Amino acid sequence: MKIAVCVSHVPDTATRIKIAGDQKSIDPAGVSFVLNPYDEIAVEEALKTKEKFGGEVVVVSIGGDQVKETIRKSLAMGVDEGVHLKTDEALDSFAVAQALADEIKSSGCELVFMGKQSVDYDNGTVGQLTAELLGYNSIAVCVTFQLEGTTVTAEREIEGGKEVVETSLPCIITAQKGLNEPRYASLKGIMTAKKKVIQEKLLGAKPVRVENLLLKMPIAKNPGRILGSDSSAVAELVKLLHEEAKVI
Amino acid sequence: MEKKILALLEQREGKIKKSSFETLALAEHLAVSLEMTVDAAVIGDKIENTSDVFSFCNCNLVHFTHADLQLYSSSAYKKIVVEYAAKQGYEIILLSNTSLGKDLAPRIAIGLNAGLVSDCTALDLNGKEIIVTRPVYAGKALQQVKLSSEVKIYSLRPNVFKAVLLEKKAEEKISTVAVENPDLTNRVKKIIRSEGKLDVAEADIIVSGGRGVKGPEHFTLIEELAQQLGAAVGASRAVVDAGWRPHEEQVGQTGKTVSPSLYIACGISGAIQHLAGMSSSKYIVAINKDKDAPIFTVADYGIAGDLFEILPVLTEEIKKLKS
Ligand SMILES: Cc1cc2nc3c(=O)[nH]c(=O)nc-3n(C[C@H](O)[C@H](O)[C@H](O)COP(=O)(O)OP(=O)(O)OC[C@H]3O[C@@H](n4cnc5c(N)ncnc54)[C@H](O)[C@@H]3O)c2cc1C
Ligand SMILES: Nc1ncnc2c1ncn2[C@@H]1O[C@H](COP(=O)(O)O)[C@@H](O)[C@H]1O
Repeated sequence: MKIAVCVSHVPDTATRIKIAGDQKSIDPAGVSFVLNPYDEIAVEEALKTKEKFGGEVVVVSIGGDQVKETIRKSLAMGVDEGVHLKTDEALDSFAVAQALADEIKSSGCELVFMGKQSVDYDNGTVGQLTAELLGYNSIAVCVTFQLEGTTVTAEREIEGGKEVVETSLPCIITAQKGLNEPRYASLKGIMTAKKKVIQEKLLGAKPVRVENLLLKMPIAKNPGRILGSDSSAVAELVKLLHEEAKVI
Repeated sequence: MEKKILALLEQREGKIKKSSFETLALAEHLAVSLEMTVDAAVIGDKIENTSDVFSFCNCNLVHFTHADLQLYSSSAYKKIVVEYAAKQGYEIILLSNTSLGKDLAPRIAIGLNAGLVSDCTALDLNGKEIIVTRPVYAGKALQQVKLSSEVKIYSLRPNVFKAVLLEKKAEEKISTVAVENPDLTNRVKKIIRSEGKLDVAEADIIVSGGRGVKGPEHFTLIEELAQQLGAAVGASRAVVDAGWRPHEEQVGQTGKTVSPSLYIACGISGAIQHLAGMSSSKYIVAINKDKDAPIFTVADYGIAGDLFEILPVLTEEIKKLKS
């Protein structure tokens, strides 16, 4: 079985960000980028599935040359080959999904893993969009995954519990934390990754549906009041919550 | 043709959810400002509180029924909404960004060739144009976008938009459509419930504990306060990773995003990934013995002291207030 995993290259959530001069994007200077944490879980699940059923895993990433770093990291974890869909344009989720769908279709992968969301724009939509474009089944925000023949069963997180969902291949699964513990790339993995091929394909222009108007910093909240340093402040706290905030 | 808005509602266990009333109130507001009319739709078997819909919005409610549609099915729900919306020609579709809404919205967007903005925290009008604000980069920045597609879908972060009541309840206009042969290729077989606990994503008050609580056995301090307040228990990732609390309680970037009326953070330092999940809460209280902890930068009220000393007193005071 040929399995695809789609990964995005995102700022590490711990880094500070600055708005760039265009007021629409972040200034990449000094920002460290990583493999999207949910995509790392997706890579791990793809590798585990391959180890169980055989086959090969191909990683796909869309973006400028910098995304090669993230493809390389996936290869070092054990993915067999990489595809870089190259563009320097900022694509919206629909354009990303269309490009991924085209690539998945031509590679014939019937099982695809993605992350539940990319921690840059936090859209959380590309998995389902891609599946609908392809006419594939899909289950989003999965914390378990099981494949038996062509039957796919997964548990997905919902408010107050989990839904046990059943469907069949072809299928896209989006990964939530808890699905697995991603492996570290071994030294050998890192060495062999250097020799693996990354196929580069140029992406043509894509129509956009979502127009990005502005990126800004949130208005900093006025620093709150520290009411005291021990339980003598509790009475005042309760009074404020009751009378000023009116939340209790 | 008359321009129309569709408010897509969500039921769980036969009850329309609170977040759907927020969706209805926003639909009402947009309809008045943009001179549009509203239809609402809900999918499920028996639904007990359909009448409440008309307290928030003057609309026609369509109830799609089938015994197999009580639980969510992405394939069936998508097909019903896409066919109905295509026929009715809605220009705007609103729904709540709950786990169901997050799953369904992109599917109907493809089916209707529509644009979608997910996790909206504000919809403002610039003339007739809708400008949406949404948090990005784990809440470190805000993005403003607009849709250029003909059909526009917006999924709304729960608890952010107010469920404003109409001055006078609107006339109840409900029609029922029996669904034939729902497409169940993708279906929920069952729901595994977390035993009777209130979920952080739906609670109006949350009491969260972090590493400062020192061990799973001390979480009784958090639970007792939560119980007095009718609140849900939340947790930082540090204590979830340590196995003190289950993942479903985790608040933050890799946990749940919450916007309760009141969030009480106890022994939580306020790492950016934690703030990403809770900084849109209306009121934040921090209890932390380090007065320089970053949690105080987002807190409205704080006590810079020992939670072991403070929490029992706080629980007692709340008990007094309630009696
Ligand atoms: C990719 C990624 C995703 C992440 N996602 C999340 C997420 O979803 N949610 C999340 O929470 N974190 C997340 N984190 C982890 C985050 O960076 C922090 O490590 C974590 O939030 C810290 O948890 P904490 O505040 O409980 O612990 P600590 O940072 O150790 O803070 C403990 C606090 O308790 C205080 N304290 C100690 N004793 C007492 C006492 N007796 N009384 C009062 N106060 C006391 C201390 O002063 C300190 O401020 C993520 C990290 C990464 C890299
Ligand atoms: N540029 C990209 N290249 C490859 N995969 C992507 C890209 N952007 C998003 N994805 C995939 O889609 C998932 C959801 O992303 P999003 O909907 O943007 O939050 C991610 O976790 C990735 O698996």
